[in-house]
Amino acid sequence: MIDIRNVSKSYSEQGPTVLQDISFDIKKGEVIAILGKSGCGKSTLLNCIGGFEAVNNGQILLDEVSIRKPSKRCIMLMQNYGLLPWRSVRKNVELGIENISLSKQEISERTLHYLRMVGLEDRANALPSELSGGMQQRVAIARALAMQPEVILMDEPFGALDTFTRYYLQDELMQIQRREKMTIVLVTHDIDEAIYLADRILIMKPNPGEIHKEIVLRLPKERNRADADFQHYRELIFNEFQFTHETTIEFNI
Amino acid sequence: MAKVKKLSPIAIGFILLLVFWQFAIFIGGHQSALFPPPLKVGEALLAIISDGSLFAHIQISLFRFFSGYLAAVIVAVILGLLLGRSMLVWKVVDPIVQVLRPVSPIAWSPFIVLWFGIGNMPAIVIIFIAAFFPVLLSTVSAVKKVDRTYLRIASNFEMSPFETLRKIVLPASFPMIANGLHMALGSAWIFLVAGEMVGAQSGLGFLIIDARNSLSLDLVMACIVVIGVLGLALDKGIHYFESWVNRIWGSAK
Ligand SMILES: Nc1ncnc2c1ncn2[C@@H]1O[C@H](COP(=O)(O)OP(=O)(O)OP(=O)(O)O)[C@@H](O)[C@H]1O
Ligand SMILES: [Mg+2]
Repeated sequence: MIDIRNVSKSYSEQGPTVLQDISFDIKKGEVIAILGKSGCGKSTLLNCIGGFEAVNNGQILLDEVSIRKPSKRCIMLMQNYGLLPWRSVRKNVELGIENISLSKQEISERTLHYLRMVGLEDRANALPSELSGGMQQRVAIARALAMQPEVILMDEPFGALDTFTRYYLQDELMQIQRREKMTIVLVTHDIDEAIYLADRILIMKPNPGEIHKEIVLRLPKERNRADADFQHYRELIFNEFQFTHETTIEFNI
Repeated sequence: MAKVKKLSPIAIGFILLLVFWQFAIFIGGHQSALFPPPLKVGEALLAIISDGSLFAHIQISLFRFFSGYLAAVIVAVILGLLLGRSMLVWKVVDPIVQVLRPVSPIAWSPFIVLWFGIGNMPAIVIIFIAAFFPVLLSTVSAVKKVDRTYLRIASNFEMSPFETLRKIVLPASFPMIANGLHMALGSAWIFLVAGEMVGAQSGLGFLIIDARNSLSLDLVMACIVVIGVLGLALDKGIHYFESWVNRIWGSAK
């Protein structure tokens, strides 16, 4: 579905190469996690896939068509949620579906449907500032889902949340993904999160940003963080990191 | 009780002002015709209140003020939104604005009288000029400061340029624009009197000129008091407007 072919990127002519010769493809309905230490170009890669940044070399194709600018087919979840503070939760979710040909009733039905899905239908009239960080992230997820995109791009979606909220939202996201079958590209530096959510993990290494290794997770969809298999992948990835970096990395269990 | 507490500092301030005023007259031994004492000013004030002429003048002054001010706000906000979004055009327009802005609106009065005649127009045009530049500049800088995240969302959701202005840029920059409206209100009010000294036959500015011509300085002082109090009331009014809009902005539609 998404084809990334020999993509290179630097932010300025003389500047360092941020991404170098990156190639991989993403199949429909797949969950891909991109893992790597800070500054290795994960966000840059995601921005290129979303059409927010132009690539210098190579191309990124969505269903064989080159991505040149952001589109509704591919919704980005922002690192800081990106809710509009002057709009209520309901109006925030409606933001993306106001300008398509839907009747008022269809808009509010769809909005309520997805707010219910993330368990926030009773907070529809609250302002984002009145919600906790985890609730705000759920609103952002509902807003993305309401647009029924084919791809959702997530840049460290749960990075700012405490462990319990993070686990809870990861579960929720898994269930929604299984139901809605959308494709997800997830940037994270939490190894557990990557193993828990992804079908495939791409490990990046910095200077210049390259794909260091691809790990296909042969785990059932229903995962348990205490499983032996889970532990196996955890070690595998951890060793990859020790291999590529001298510096310590963030390691959440 | 709470109301008394809130009122009393204001009351104390005014009482102190009156005491100093009276005191200055005792010490200086000025003639009451040259520096009218509070009591005489109060009498003059009562006289124009009781014959109703004061309210007629206030009414016409407020009409001119709001015509000029609101016209300036509408034009300046719309222009500011467009200019703030287009860096290229703003780079050309900015120097022109910087040259025009420091010129006192009064300096234009010979042209204003030639072009717009006498009556209401000169005062309205002068107030327009006085309010226009602060609103324009604060709108442009507010638009330039709009969080990039919001603009990314707009492009991700495929909003048209007009939709982006209406749904994202205007509300996001609103608090700063409101600040500009507040500042402009004060400076425009300062120019009301000057504006009405140019070819008007009514209004508070005219009343001052008229009273000066007949050497009734107590009446001049009474007008000054009225202008000051009205200015204070306007300032309080826009304060309420600001918090009112901020309150409905969130859940609005
Ligand atoms: N807009 C930009 N202009 C110039 N350089 C940039 C820009 N954004 C990122 N970079 C550079 O590109 C490199 C990769 O940044 P990027 O944000 O993609 O890293 P990341 O892997 O997402 O890091 P983190 O995990 O901290 O979010 C960094 O060296 C950064 O300085
Ligand atoms: Mg990043």
